[in-house]
Amino acid sequence: MNQLLAAGDGGSSGGLHFPPIESLLEWPGFLFEGNTFLELNKVGVIYLFAMVAPLVIFTLAIRKSALVPRGVQTVAESSVGFVRENVVMQTMGPDGMKFMPFLLSLFFFIFFANITEVIPFIQFPANSRMAAPAFLAILVWVVFNAVGIKSQGFFSYFKNTVIPPGVPGALLPLVAVIEFVSTFLVRPFSLAVRLFANMLAGHLLLVTFAVLCENLWAKNILVSIIWAPFIVLIGLTGFEILVAFLQAFIFTILTAVYIGGALHPEH
Amino acid sequence: MIDLLAQADTAVDGLKAVGAGLGYGLAAIGPGVGIGLVVGNAITAMARQPESAGMVRTTMFLGIAFTEALALIGFVVFILLNFA
Repeated sequence: MNQLLAAGDGGSSGGLHFPPIESLLEWPGFLFEGNTFLELNKVGVIYLFAMVAPLVIFTLAIRKSALVPRGVQTVAESSVGFVRENVVMQTMGPDGMKFMPFLLSLFFFIFFANITEVIPFIQFPANSRMAAPAFLAILVWVVFNAVGIKSQGFFSYFKNTVIPPGVPGALLPLVAVIEFVSTFLVRPFSLAVRLFANMLAGHLLLVTFAVLCENLWAKNILVSIIWAPFIVLIGLTGFEILVAFLQAFIFTILTAVYIGGALHPEH
Repeated sequence: MIDLLAQADTAVDGLKAVGAGLGYGLAAIGPGVGIGLVVGNAITAMARQPESAGMVRTTMFLGIAFTEALALIGFVVFILLNFA
């Protein structure tokens, strides 16, 4: 508190001290320090959590599976039902069911790596570091191209992707270039940037209002009568829970759309 | 000379900040209008045909995701200009 006060008094921006962005996003390693491959920091631990949490949920749900679901089994079954009805069936139809495990694990991994944004004492969305979104986007890129090549053959997949049906001949070169760029270059880029930037923006938003609250509390106890930043912070926390869920959903559904497009070419 | 250089450096930093702020603001205009259109039309569709609400909602989220990407790229440019 004293530190904040001192920094606040000496700060240039009207006494308000905003932490430098490095201290919000970069975490020092605390396990296996110095080891290039094993060193773990907060982000890595969150990713491990995001990997283990779905495993635990589904293992628990399967172990005591009953006809009438209760407790954790309800959570597991309703989330599987959600992904099946809202992602797979809406975009790919029944023959997309074989991608269900991939999409479900993608959804859960992203959701659990996002939701740490609002969990007290963790409060960091692991997906606000570019590494994992970029890796997931490359993974999705590889998967939908592989599916397209497997189901249509290399040349006809390429032709169907780059040349949409019903384009007049004069426009063909332009359209082909645009389609090529948008399918093979912009898709993975926007997929990664969408997830990363949403989580980073949410994190910075929460930090901004938390800093405002803390400064108002620390400066003068009377100022804390102004509750506005605190109320906004609570509202934003609720909003960020929604965003964490929505981004996982959007990433999954876009993956399903891309795989569906590769599976069935447009006619 | 060194003074001038230092001044130029601060000027560049200031211009970066101005550019970052303006850039993000400008990048948010189009997607703001676009998301408004997408959601507005989705609501119209849902109100007219409530039985197709599920499909419309899925498509709406897709449309939002595509439209939003531009604003987010603007945000990334803002971060890059300010902090990188």
